[in-house]
Amino acid sequence: MALPGESILASRGAKRPALTEDRRPPAPATYPVRTEEDLLSVRHAVRAATVEVGFGLVDQTRVVTAASELARNAFVHGGGGTVTLEYPRDPRGRRGLRLIVKDEGPGIVDLDAALTDGFTTGAGLGHGLGGARRLMDEFTVRTGPGEGTVVVVTRWLAW
Amino acid sequence: MTGHRSPGVPILRLGDVLVTGLLNELDDRAAIAFTEELTERISAEGARGVLIDISRLEVIDSFVAWTLMELTTVARLLGARVIVAGMRPPVAITLVELGIELVGVETALNPEQGLAALGWRQAPQPLEGARRGTAR
Repeated sequence: MALPGESILASRGAKRPALTEDRRPPAPATYPVRTEEDLLSVRHAVRAATVEVGFGLVDQTRVVTAASELARNAFVHGGGGTVTLEYPRDPRGRRGLRLIVKDEGPGIVDLDAALTDGFTTGAGLGHGLGGARRLMDEFTVRTGPGEGTVVVVTRWLAW
Repeated sequence: MTGHRSPGVPILRLGDVLVTGLLNELDDRAAIAFTEELTERISAEGARGVLIDISRLEVIDSFVAWTLMELTTVARLLGARVIVAGMRPPVAITLVELGIELVGVETALNPEQGLAALGWRQAPQPLEGARRGTAR
């Protein structure tokens, strides 16, 4: 689905050559989320990764924003954690970017509530988890009381 | 980086309007420091309007959005009108998908239009609204 104006907005991403068949995708990389400064580092790393994959500017912004929401959740609610970036391909060869956000915090007691807009257990708007789900193509959560939380989200490059 | 951390953006005064902006490297602490400094300036200088240029923000996540909404509410309680100007189109698209409408936050396409809405005109005509701020 192309939004109006997406081709113009995508110009920044298009300037760099996207990954091609003969170029190997970057190796997965893991970043810590222990401090507020780490949140900025994660954003930088995710931005660079979206450019590397070849996303347009709107998709870059979607993915970086989702990463920011999920990393903040891990930092605030999970007591810190990690963000891992992977460069998957789907069965049709389509490139994507996957974020695995992990923490060893108390876990999410009521996942349905946590995915509801406006639900928050702290300061903020309560749009983080549900918002990240809408901004990405694929979204899974594994959590439970005392089990920590792992959120895996993927955005695929549109053909 | 210890103690009070300045947001790093100057807050200019034009009559009874404060003009400032946000930088892209906005972490949580800088956002809170920005709110505090701007609120102090509104109160100390009796500002009636505040223009915040956000054209450098490449990402607005729910925390930054919350900061802008809180800032707008606090300013309104202090008698000042806030206009947020220059949002990037990809940021606007992403905010809508996040489900955040920045309710209560007035926006303008760019700083010029924001300043015009706050009573400033490009032409140097001494209008009633403009004169009020400088006559004191």
